[in-house]
Amino acid sequence: MALLDVSDLTVTFQTNDGPVNAVNGLSFDVSEKETLAIVGESGSGKSQTAFAIMGLLAKNGGATGRVEFEGTDLLSLNKRQLNKVRSNQIGMIFQDPMTSLNPYIRVSDQMAEVLQLHKGLSKKDAIAEAVQMLDAVRIPDAKSRISMFPHEFSGGMRQRIMIAMALLCRPRLLIADEPTTALDVTVQAQIMKLLGEIREEFNTAVILITHDLGIVADFCDRTLVLYGGQIMEDGPTGEVFADSTHPYTAGLLKAVPRLDRDTDSLQTIAGEPPDMSNLPAGCPFSPRCEIARDYCSTRPLVLEPLGEDRTRACHASPAEMKQEMKVG
Amino acid sequence: MLAYIVRRLAVAIPTILILVVISFVLMYAAPGGPFNSERPVPPEVMANLEAKYGLDQPMWRQMVTYVWDVVTRFDFGPSFQYTDRTVNDVIAQGFPVTLTYGLWSAIVAMVVGVSLGVAAAVRQNSVLDYLAVGITIGAQALPNFVMAPILVLIFTLWLGWLPGGGWNGGQWEYIIMPVIALSTSYMASIARITRSSMLEVLNSNFIRTAQAKGLPMRRVIFKHALKPALLPVLSYLGPAMVGMITGSVVVDIIFSTGGIGQFFVNSAFNRDYAVIMGITLLVGVLTITFNLLVDILYAWIDPKIRY
Repeated sequence: MALLDVSDLTVTFQTNDGPVNAVNGLSFDVSEKETLAIVGESGSGKSQTAFAIMGLLAKNGGATGRVEFEGTDLLSLNKRQLNKVRSNQIGMIFQDPMTSLNPYIRVSDQMAEVLQLHKGLSKKDAIAEAVQMLDAVRIPDAKSRISMFPHEFSGGMRQRIMIAMALLCRPRLLIADEPTTALDVTVQAQIMKLLGEIREEFNTAVILITHDLGIVADFCDRTLVLYGGQIMEDGPTGEVFADSTHPYTAGLLKAVPRLDRDTDSLQTIAGEPPDMSNLPAGCPFSPRCEIARDYCSTRPLVLEPLGEDRTRACHASPAEMKQEMKVG
Repeated sequence: MLAYIVRRLAVAIPTILILVVISFVLMYAAPGGPFNSERPVPPEVMANLEAKYGLDQPMWRQMVTYVWDVVTRFDFGPSFQYTDRTVNDVIAQGFPVTLTYGLWSAIVAMVVGVSLGVAAAVRQNSVLDYLAVGITIGAQALPNFVMAPILVLIFTLWLGWLPGGGWNGGQWEYIIMPVIALSTSYMASIARITRSSMLEVLNSNFIRTAQAKGLPMRRVIFKHALKPALLPVLSYLGPAMVGMITGSVVVDIIFSTGGIGQFFVNSAFNRDYAVIMGITLLVGVLTITFNLLVDILYAWIDPKIRY
């Protein structure tokens, strides 16, 4: 049985212009110790998927479908039951480490309260364990630095603290929502390396939400490409990258700047990220797709299996797509 | 921190001197004097009076004498209006009264205002929120010279529960109505500031982190959100505290409390120079003190602020 089984997840926000779907009938699962990448542009619904799993949607948002974690549907839990899952069984780290820690509370208190709450530890024991965890995420001199305030740490250090805090209760699943987006490149590499080591050490399954294909390739077992709140393509990372069968994935991969190719300009996908309040009835990517047919924007999109462990949603067949986009 | 406090107190001295100079100049710029009345006093008598109170001296001389007396003897001079009473007497008699009902007003305004603001923010767009917003708008719109007579009408004339005025050594039944009349608009302001800053804080990333940690909402609000949400309230509270503990002319007159609030207006009408100066200095010193207290509290709440 999968650790996390998401089926038909739809996230809807009530806005002044009427309801807007950020995620449309998304289904995927994560096995134990597996690392899944959810990739997409801004507005593809990847962060809202994570927030829906954790019950952290904004007040005007609601989720339908099922999010089964170890057999329990998280969407059906009340607040108290959900609080027992949060951090205790599913940890989460956020995009912006500069603002994700409470600037008014010492790191020691922010970390200790997690263990006091979920594990019933005394404050002293909780802090001792928090220090160990800070050691594990390579914060130098953790024992004395733990009593500092967040602003006394750099951005990379703060993200390490966030990671340590999310792992305190040894959760079975860690959701990392663009953990390196706000950090500079060298720090990005360090944080990803750390996440990789931590994943091995704690046997944690990871959902990595990102728009950075570069970090996905090294890190993730499986990759799920989202566009307009729907799955475009899903499969083992190596296969999706080496043999992408969807025009959107192919476009994303082309847009990664590479030193070993002789081009003068950056490749981009033409057009704007989707307007979620006004999606086409058919394929959400059709307005920007190089190989779109007349019927793409009207004919409903179906997610079809491809081989043993891949799925894709495109009206063009893989062969047609590769020929027309001149890839593969 | 200590060095900072000493520095701030040192800066306070020139501030107060400037306050004295400006007050003196403004007082003398206003037409009339303390001894003008409908029936003119004979010139000889006037000359005597002015000599007695030192008004025949040049203005700079009067200023220097005034400051000297205040600094060396803590003597704020005689009242020009109330014969046989010094300004020290006037303040010593009136200030404890306003200080008492002012402090109670401050406590009521803070406790009720903050609770109402937090409750409204946490239940945003609920009936409770609309009610709280409605009450605070109403409370701010209702001037206390309208509210005070209504209170007297209800609690004294109709219900007969509370005395309609007087102070009687500050017994609680004499304090209640002055406190309600004075605190209501401050309470409303505090509630509105708390509500909007709490809403902002509740939308911040670190609150989402706190929720992701599985903390119960109560703890998220009181441990994680309340402190930062109170910072704007704190900066409002500095001047508001001064306003409350120096009382209000309306409250003092309608409830005949005998506080110094009424002297703000009366002394200016009567050109009672010494009382004007005394009260101005009192308010000035209190303002400086409370602003300093607010800044110290800021540093205590916000670890990023270090002096």
